[in-house]
Amino acid sequence: MVPRIARLRRKRRDGPQVWTLDLELEDRHASEAPRFAPGQFNMLTVFGVGEVPISVSGDPAAPDRLVHTIRSVGAVSSALTRLAPGAAIGFRGPFGTGWPMEETVARDVVIVAGGLGLAPLRPALYRLLADRLRYGRIVLLYGARSPEDILFRSELESWRRRLDIAIEVTVDHATSAWRGRVGVVPALVARADFDPLHAIALVCGPEVMMRFAVAALRDAGVADESIYLSMERNMKCAIAFCGHCQLGTVFVCREGPVFRHDRIRGLLALKEI
Amino acid sequence: MAAEAVVTLEGVQALLDGLRRNGYRTLGPTLRDQAIVYDDIATIDDLPRGWTDEQDGGRYRLLRRMDDALFGYAVGPHSWKKYLHPPLLRLWRAEHDDGGVRVVAEPDPTDKLAFIGVRSCEIHALAIQDRVFLEGAYVDPHYRARREGNFIVAVNCGQAGGTCFCVSMGTGPKAQSGFDLALTEIVDTSRHAFVVEVGSEAGRRMLGEIPHRSPTPDELDAADAVVTRTEGAMGRKMQADDVHELLLRNLEHGRWDDVAQRCLTCGNCTMVCPTCFCTTVEDSSDLAGRETSRTRRWDSCFTMDFSYIHGGSVRASTSSRYRQWMTHKLSTWFDQFGTSGCVGCGRCITWCPVGIDITEEVTAIRDSEPR
Ligand SMILES: Cc1cc2nc3c(=O)[nH]c(=O)nc-3n(C[C@H](O)[C@H](O)[C@H](O)COP(=O)(O)OP(=O)(O)OC[C@H]3O[C@@H](n4cnc5c(N)ncnc54)[C@H](O)[C@@H]3O)c2cc1C
Ligand code: SF4
Ligand code: SF4
Ligand code: FES
Repeated sequence: MVPRIARLRRKRRDGPQVWTLDLELEDRHASEAPRFAPGQFNMLTVFGVGEVPISVSGDPAAPDRLVHTIRSVGAVSSALTRLAPGAAIGFRGPFGTGWPMEETVARDVVIVAGGLGLAPLRPALYRLLADRLRYGRIVLLYGARSPEDILFRSELESWRRRLDIAIEVTVDHATSAWRGRVGVVPALVARADFDPLHAIALVCGPEVMMRFAVAALRDAGVADESIYLSMERNMKCAIAFCGHCQLGTVFVCREGPVFRHDRIRGLLALKEI
Repeated sequence: MAAEAVVTLEGVQALLDGLRRNGYRTLGPTLRDQAIVYDDIATIDDLPRGWTDEQDGGRYRLLRRMDDALFGYAVGPHSWKKYLHPPLLRLWRAEHDDGGVRVVAEPDPTDKLAFIGVRSCEIHALAIQDRVFLEGAYVDPHYRARREGNFIVAVNCGQAGGTCFCVSMGTGPKAQSGFDLALTEIVDTSRHAFVVEVGSEAGRRMLGEIPHRSPTPDELDAADAVVTRTEGAMGRKMQADDVHELLLRNLEHGRWDDVAQRCLTCGNCTMVCPTCFCTTVEDSSDLAGRETSRTRRWDSCFTMDFSYIHGGSVRASTSSRYRQWMTHKLSTWFDQFGTSGCVGCGRCITWCPVGIDITEEVTAIRDSEPR
């Protein structure tokens, strides 16, 4: 329950109100660099302000660099993004279940991300691309609010030049300079090239977007057991003590945040659960 | 576990003295602000001797008894969780200087706690919170520090409260395990004695330190009769065998809107419940920013903040919050922790300002289940 101390090493702007922070644990001994699985999250504290859950957005192959991509929306997240390099940050983690990376082997992998939902999916992409031959087709469908909200732009550009990953980006609101697609991300599913019978889908974004994405994936023929979602709930502890993250029968911090769709299907359909 | 001994009023005093001599902080029921609450006690005169309570939905009243019983009442607004899972607890402090930060976990008190007069439903509630804080993937060190080495003096209820339904929940009124010593109070015109059962080695040692004698067959019969009488006098009942599935099947039942017309979302029910464990945290800083800290306090699923995520609450309506609370207590707790989250103590019924009754709500759903 007591946070460790991490230092802010590097800070990059990744969109309006969005910053990517590289942290390094101060008390780290080589042997105890916290290995994390793609999809897991950490609890970050700004001392005197508060603590919030933030997904790991970095490369699992480089665990010493604790990378987090944060949108400034309120007290703690804005304080995090205002910190200067060298600042101390309280760190607890990693927590939660990650993406089912073992299940992706030899299958087509469809990644559907909305907004900041791309952040917790980036570690999965690093893992897939690092060992590209183990997988079938890889499709990334990503929706952002506007062109300037697109996260990890230069990285997406360089991945786009690869021939072994299909990337489709859409925006809700285009600017005159935008040459790409306009519209919601679930609409990209029907046009994407993958084999629904052998595909696995990893989905993260606002809950409404995930509902539509799941519907589109099922329409395309992907089975419920092959769709995984990362859920979001208020979190105060991340260790199943505070009760805040309950989603019906489960704790999002303990059984989640990544869930197989068929295991929470009933809950996802309910209002205000 | 067989009844092994009988002690008198003086024996109960000797038990308190013995526990204190052995370094225990003795905590038990006492009279304050027109209610029976838990506090430090030193003598049997600190107990609500000769008092009883009358409880119903939204109603609690103390009355004099015709006799001098030490434990002749049901549970009040407090539960033992206030000692094990404090309402307000600093978790850590951090000292900041010249860019350096040192985080120091809050030290826990080292005194051993003895709980006097723990009811069977409350023993079950302790076991339920043990599952939450001690038996999952993470252990709460603060709860553990307070819980370890507890001495539990159980009391088998001699009187059912007006809102009790432990018989329905299989949690009482007789304590079966989880205690060091268990007392059954026998009080009538000719005698005032306590039949004692031993539940642990620590209990056996403690019994050895206080004056006691063997029970007579008549005393054993009288003790059994006390429990049987209480069993037959439960203020409430609830069909619990299938309630887990019943509520999960009816998450969209119209009754949730009906109860929302009455519920004030005050959260009283969660505060008095002996198993509710939810908390929130608050961070603070001194003016100079040289010291910051985090404090944890009891929270309630009835607040809007509880489920707040970006710009709104997941559970904005009263019906969704009541549904969260009741389904958690009676249903989803099984999925999360393998037990019920309700022990049938009746506190949430008594202390609800508008008298909403969990047993009645279950029955209403059961009787009007859409098929
Ligand atoms: C598993 C998980 C992973 C997340 N990953 C990221 C990420 O990678 N990047 C990112 O920018 N955001 C992420 N979030 C959301 C982030 O935690 C919230 O934006 C943040 O808690 C807002 O806190 P605040 O104090 O800035 O905002 P305020 O509006 O002041 O919030 C007040 C309090 O409400 C709670 N809260 C508010 N919004 C959320 C929320 N969306 N989720 C959980 N609790 C919330 C927090 O306890 C917060 O302290 C994640 C959330 C979860 C549950
Ligand atoms: S839900 Fe009500 S009856 Fe059940 S344990 Fe909690 S306070 Fe007691
Ligand atoms: S059920 Fe009663 S005690 Fe609980 S929040 Fe509603 S009004 Fe308050
Ligand atoms: S975040 Fe506290 S229980 Fe999950």
